[in-house]
Amino acid sequence: MIGKTKTEEAPLIEARNVTRRLSGEIPVTLVHDIDLAIHRGEFTTITGPSGSGKSSLLYLLGLLDQPTEGTIFMDHIETSDLHEGDLARLRLTKLGFIFQFHFLLPEFTARENIMIPMRKLDRLHPAEMQARADEILAQLDISDHANKRPDQMSGGQRQRVAIARALANDPEVVLADESTGNLDSHNSEIVFDIFTKLAREDGRAVVAVTHERELADRADRKIHLVDGAIVSDN
Amino acid sequence: MRLLLDIAWTHIRGRRRQTLISITGVALGTGFFIAISALMAGSDADFIDRVVNATPHVAIKDEYREPPKQPAERVFADGAVALRGVKPKQELRGIRQAQARLTEIEEIAGLDVAPTLRGNAVARYSGRDVAVSILGVDPRRERHVSQVESDMTVGTLDSLYTTGNGIIIGTGLADKLGTRMGATLTLSSPAGTVMKMKVVGLFRSGIVQLDNTTTYALLKKVQVLQDKPNVINEIRIRLDNLDNAHDLARRLEARYGYRAESWDEVNEGLLETLVVRRKIMLSVVSAILLVAGFGIYNVVSTITYEKVRDIAILKSLGFEEIDIKFIFILEGFVIGLAGVVVGWALGYGLSAYLDGVEIDMKEFTAATSLPILYDITDYLIAAAFALGASTVAGFLPARKAARVNPVDIIRGAA
Ligand SMILES: Nc1ncnc2c1ncn2[C@@H]1O[C@H](COP(=O)(O)OP(=O)(O)OP(=O)(O)O)[C@@H](O)[C@H]1O
Ligand SMILES: [Mg+2]
Repeated sequence: MIGKTKTEEAPLIEARNVTRRLSGEIPVTLVHDIDLAIHRGEFTTITGPSGSGKSSLLYLLGLLDQPTEGTIFMDHIETSDLHEGDLARLRLTKLGFIFQFHFLLPEFTARENIMIPMRKLDRLHPAEMQARADEILAQLDISDHANKRPDQMSGGQRQRVAIARALANDPEVVLADESTGNLDSHNSEIVFDIFTKLAREDGRAVVAVTHERELADRADRKIHLVDGAIVSDN
Repeated sequence: MRLLLDIAWTHIRGRRRQTLISITGVALGTGFFIAISALMAGSDADFIDRVVNATPHVAIKDEYREPPKQPAERVFADGAVALRGVKPKQELRGIRQAQARLTEIEEIAGLDVAPTLRGNAVARYSGRDVAVSILGVDPRRERHVSQVESDMTVGTLDSLYTTGNGIIIGTGLADKLGTRMGATLTLSSPAGTVMKMKVVGLFRSGIVQLDNTTTYALLKKVQVLQDKPNVINEIRIRLDNLDNAHDLARRLEARYGYRAESWDEVNEGLLETLVVRRKIMLSVVSAILLVAGFGIYNVVSTITYEKVRDIAILKSLGFEEIDIKFIFILEGFVIGLAGVVVGWALGYGLSAYLDGVEIDMKEFTAATSLPILYDITDYLIAAAFALGASTVAGFLPARKAARVNPVDIIRGAA
């Protein structure tokens, strides 16, 4: 299963010779010479020491940031030519982000937060959106909290709502940056179980940055970064 | 679209107090604009009304606008001839062929016309001398061209016919002279004639200048007083349609050569003053709205700082810059709109209140209540101003918010 799709299918995201440098008084290289292909149905973890460029790489893969050299292809689309609006559109339709901090909108309930990307995409009727939101909430076992605002939930619940929001528009790629960083080991387990399911059952590409070895070991593929470069990938 | 409005709404609701203050600012600006506009437009209209009604719409005088062309100028029309010190001709004998011209003008539809001999005299009563302007009129015609009959507080215009040497004077003049109805004044003219005249009526036009100096008597008597038998030096015309005054004046002047003044020419300075007054008011009110705009800028700007994480996450979710911009412009606009609605109510309320206030402005006109003109365009102008200011006030922070780089924020929050 692990090697099945890797070589046969075209990659969802492909980084070719990507380098990201910050110009400034002291130029900083965040990541350099990255060649990486991410496939459907694959659960990948990125590990590495603090400051090794894990987050930076994830932002590049998620089209939140643009490389200074090299190119990122998203489903064969060369993203370096795209405008801000096109990139936003790709994030809306193909990508789902989960961060260490939940970033839920504080004034909206869990369900409303999940519906925000759907409403932005505006492909479903409001009733369908609500049904879909409730379905995702059920899958993540947080249906009881649908009508709660973020400040009325626990950290683990909030993070699951954030995952639910990332899944709102049924993205092909889920990108998670230390999404268990604020959670206890029990909740971390739950989140990683969800990631595994998203990849293996739904066929999504899941890329999760973590510094927890045991969690990383559960992935199909482990990428290790040191000083902005990939040192191992297996 | 609805989503952006929902998000904008939650932001505004989160800053309730600041938002209310901003709404109040816009409401005050809008409200005062409307109320002051209504008052100004009302008093302008009232003032013009008084002025226009007090004077003839067109007056033909026995004067010329320019000195007659001198023979030298006529001969060397194209030459470099300039004669200095040539004065316009003074027509001592008044308007020539006045009767014929009067009849001619009368033929024109939509107007009334009356002959006048206007001159100066000194009125004396119990040892007091006051310089007055005395108008010799024909009451039958006069009542159609001027307001004097309806302005009369005591007596009638026709009593000029029934009393031997009757005179009608303004209430202001009566006060100055310390005289009253039925008193006998002594009038002396520059020609040296002295005539005893009995006060048979008093009028009050509301224009102090007029009430303090003007008197009316029969044309025939004034001709005797001024020693100008059969002379008419002013033909006064009143039009059914005020707007034709200017054209008619030009036409008559071209035809007769005499100076013909329309009411708007005579009151040019006054009309200009009214325009200037309005401009000053507009700038004062725009200043209020500008301040209100700063208030809105402040709120929206605060919200963009407070909500920078939300902006970052919305962008990472796939919101475009223009969506973010729209959210915050909308916030400015919504605050402005709320302010406008409250301001309209405030403006209307203030206007209605002022409408009921009674004030005596003795100095200028004898108004007894504040004239208020309700004009929908004032409401629209105020709204346009306020919404424009609010949108700009929202736009500036919105533009900054739209440029937030989500990576910077997300990194910072982690
Ligand atoms: N705006 C910036 N200016 C300067 N240096 C930066 C900036 N952003 C990131 N860096 C540096 O780039 C390097 C890579 O940062 P990045 O956040 O990708 O590391 P990371 O692997 O995610 O670290 P962590 O495990 O602590 O989250 C770090 O050394 C960091 O200090
Ligand atoms: Mg990181």
